[in-house]
Amino acid sequence: MTSLRIFFIGGLMSFRALFNWMNPWIFVPTILLGPITQILLFAYVGRAAGVGDDEFFIIGNALNYAAIPGMFAMTFTIGGERFAQTLGLVLVSPARRIPLFMGRALPVILTGWGTAMFGIVSGVWALDADIPWGSFPLVGLVVAVGAFATAGIGLVMGAINLVWRDGATLGNVVFLVLLVFTGTNVALEDLPGWMAPIGRCLPLTHAIEATRMVADGAAWGQVSGLVGTEMLIGAVYVVLGLAALRWLEQMSRTHATLDRV
Amino acid sequence: MSRLRQLWVCYRLQLKVMMFSPFEGFLQVFFPLMFATAALLVYRVNNDPEAMLYAGIGAAAMGIWTSQTTTAATLVQRERWAGTLELVVAAPTPFAFVVLPITFGMATLGLYSVVAVVLWDWWLFDLPLQVENWPGFVLSILMATFTIALFGFLLSVTVVRYRTAWAIGSALEYPGWLLCGFVVPLALLPGWVQPLSWARAPTWGVQAMRASAAGESPWFDLAMCAAVGLAYALLAAWLGNRLIDSARRHATLSLT
Repeated sequence: MTSLRIFFIGGLMSFRALFNWMNPWIFVPTILLGPITQILLFAYVGRAAGVGDDEFFIIGNALNYAAIPGMFAMTFTIGGERFAQTLGLVLVSPARRIPLFMGRALPVILTGWGTAMFGIVSGVWALDADIPWGSFPLVGLVVAVGAFATAGIGLVMGAINLVWRDGATLGNVVFLVLLVFTGTNVALEDLPGWMAPIGRCLPLTHAIEATRMVADGAAWGQVSGLVGTEMLIGAVYVVLGLAALRWLEQMSRTHATLDRV
Repeated sequence: MSRLRQLWVCYRLQLKVMMFSPFEGFLQVFFPLMFATAALLVYRVNNDPEAMLYAGIGAAAMGIWTSQTTTAATLVQRERWAGTLELVVAAPTPFAFVVLPITFGMATLGLYSVVAVVLWDWWLFDLPLQVENWPGFVLSILMATFTIALFGFLLSVTVVRYRTAWAIGSALEYPGWLLCGFVVPLALLPGWVQPLSWARAPTWGVQAMRASAAGESPWFDLAMCAAVGLAYALLAAWLGNRLIDSARRHATLSLT
């Protein structure tokens, strides 16, 4: 029961306290306007280049943008403890680490999911694209798995942020890597040969592909393999993140660097 | 002479500060580089050499825009966090002469980004820069850089009372790339959007770059670029004085 309380209530409190982007002055330009303008930019690049259709770019960029809260919010809700001078208190508490840190991931996943879905709906509206409304429940499910996977990589980054203070730069670099390697704007088979294998190891790649297939009318059975792979990749990053948190926690205790900012 | 020295010292000092900042020195180059890569990867699918060259020239200049948006928007905020904003405002040097060399320092990083993207495109996409009129091309890049720095000046004073100004600057990134025609021909945009493009100096700067590369005359575009840039500077100087005076009068300079 205590773990459940830490997971749900503790996670939500940490998210609200440390992810200051929930302020509307930040939330609207970054989380709401950001995906729309990125979708428009690449949809027009696609039109100019005569590549793909609007739907292709709407889905790719909307999902890519789920990585923004996925990475930045996870980084802030873990690394932010250090700046708030509360990291020591968190780490000396007897609370189990999995609910402690995974609880912070749940609001992040929901925010990432909301960002991507908002991007898809706005993109469809702005560009008059054709994604059947009937496919939206399955699109929502696949996007949720993608948001989970980005929260996984965010957990790894949150751990790194315990020892490396420039989380904003790191978050942007990973976001850009995802933009180029995951098939956001170019299908994996059209990327240079050395890029596609890297993309297949990253979060979002399989979710983007599956979402495009669902939007084109594919049924669950046709995308379940891709969704399962995305889930597995997300789980691997979560495990990596939790292991990194444990290791870096021990290291920061050994070297007395816990509160160094 | 003392004014020139102040401008030079301020420019040199701020440039050094930015060059050693991972966010400004590294990310301001890496961010447009990766977006340029993403755009060129899309163009590469059909492998039309003419379209690739068109996109390659615009992509090279994307970094000049990036060098200003988020960084210029946070210029005043950084002084505020450092506790130096009151000192800067109270100094006998006009506020504009403190802000301008900083935005020119940012634009210098943008120029570095141009070189980085050109070399990157050559290496990754086998896309060498083909320019018929090199003096015109270089002049166009410098004019684009100069006027984007003036836009940074305007942006930095406009958001002086906005506590989370970085979010506004960040939100301007993609619309700027789109509306100024860095990687998309303006003719593709809806008609009602095009006047917005004409009111942006980089639009004319990028057109001048393309005209020079194609061997056409860049002078009309350069003149338009300079005129719009001058309008930015005049507006920023006027607005800057009014907003700073207002912030002093209402004791809201520190926003605490």
